[in-house]
Amino acid sequence: MKTIQIKGVSKVYGHTKALDKVDITIESNRIYGLLGRNGAGKTTLLNLMTNRIFPTEGEILIDGETVFENDRVLSNIFYMTEQNLYPEDERVRNIYKWIKEFYPSFDMEYAKDLSERFGLDTKKRVKNLSTGYASIFKAIAALASNADIVLFDEPVLGLDANHRDMFYKELISNYSERSKTIIISTHLIEEVAPVIEEAIIIKEGKLILKQSVEELLSGAYIVSGEASKVDKYIQGRKCIGIDTIGSFKSATVLEAVNNKDETLAEELELEFGKAELQKLFISLTN
Amino acid sequence: MLIDFNSEKPIYLQLAEAIEDNILKGIFEEEFQIVSTTEISVKYKINPATAGKGVNVLVDEGILYKKRGLGMFVSTGAKKKILEKRRNSFYKDYVQSLLEEAAKLNISKEDIIKMIVGGSEIEDNSDKGSK
Repeated sequence: MKTIQIKGVSKVYGHTKALDKVDITIESNRIYGLLGRNGAGKTTLLNLMTNRIFPTEGEILIDGETVFENDRVLSNIFYMTEQNLYPEDERVRNIYKWIKEFYPSFDMEYAKDLSERFGLDTKKRVKNLSTGYASIFKAIAALASNADIVLFDEPVLGLDANHRDMFYKELISNYSERSKTIIISTHLIEEVAPVIEEAIIIKEGKLILKQSVEELLSGAYIVSGEASKVDKYIQGRKCIGIDTIGSFKSATVLEAVNNKDETLAEELELEFGKAELQKLFISLTN
Repeated sequence: MLIDFNSEKPIYLQLAEAIEDNILKGIFEEEFQIVSTTEISVKYKINPATAGKGVNVLVDEGILYKKRGLGMFVSTGAKKKILEKRRNSFYKDYVQSLLEEAAKLNISKEDIIKMIVGGSEIEDNSDKGSK
């Protein structure tokens, strides 16, 4: 139970098309990054995958079975929402027990251990948690869920640098120990880039790209140097994200790294650099 | 082992090179086990598939080998293999870029040789003009 098929899914709210005929196949046992600007439809897609809302058209299947009102399938997906959906007045440790009711494979010992390591006081009530600890609490619940598919919506919102570091490390070790399908929706692209295997980029409700991060990055590079010489180099090449500072220019060239013209660059005294996922993202979603 | 996430070189290749460096330095000895891909991916916060790819490059070259159920080990003769490989690419990896940088700075080949032999800095010859 791990492969997710999103087939021709649209979601319309009144006059707004939040998702427009999206087709994505999410392979099992991989870590995906779901990237998109605010309002691109990321959360809508996650909500649809977990049957919280229903598609206007199309269907979502997990290992061939519809998620629509299918409790057996849904009990294998854990969704860490960005908003808190747990009872505000309840204590964290009681919510762990409550989650265990819905997700029998929830690992209570691991949740307690993680809470201790992150310094989360499980006696606290949900409403008294800071933004960072509210994220930590929800992330711990997701990590300990032991579900085959785990969806994270902005998992590190409000976390300090130390806790973000701990979270990514724990995520990777958790994933290595027990293979699962993970989708992380986030705006922190550079931070998540080395962690994810594939990027899914959506824009205005449409899927614009689903590709391995390594492939994506090997299909572009940065060239920089004196402006007119850079212009000479990029002539006839597809470019994005051109930055000029005085007479210095840098451009991201959309061409395989292996095809770059080293001889010409040397002649023009240009330098090459690695393309950034964030830059590619910005140009793709602009 | 250090990984530069801004480097042009893909992470998996950097990882393979870092492991090779450790073998050359004797930190990872032949016929001894190296750290697991899980440990590597957790430490550097990289996807386990990336770590696996880096390790597999070395397995394909016969520098590491897999012991079923145990993990990755350094092959006998790994050090020699790495030395040979690195020697073969030394000109391309180091000398070429040295010459390019020297040309930019208007440093002659003779000066470079003097520096290599004498190990000292060259005299300021910027008056020769570089434009």
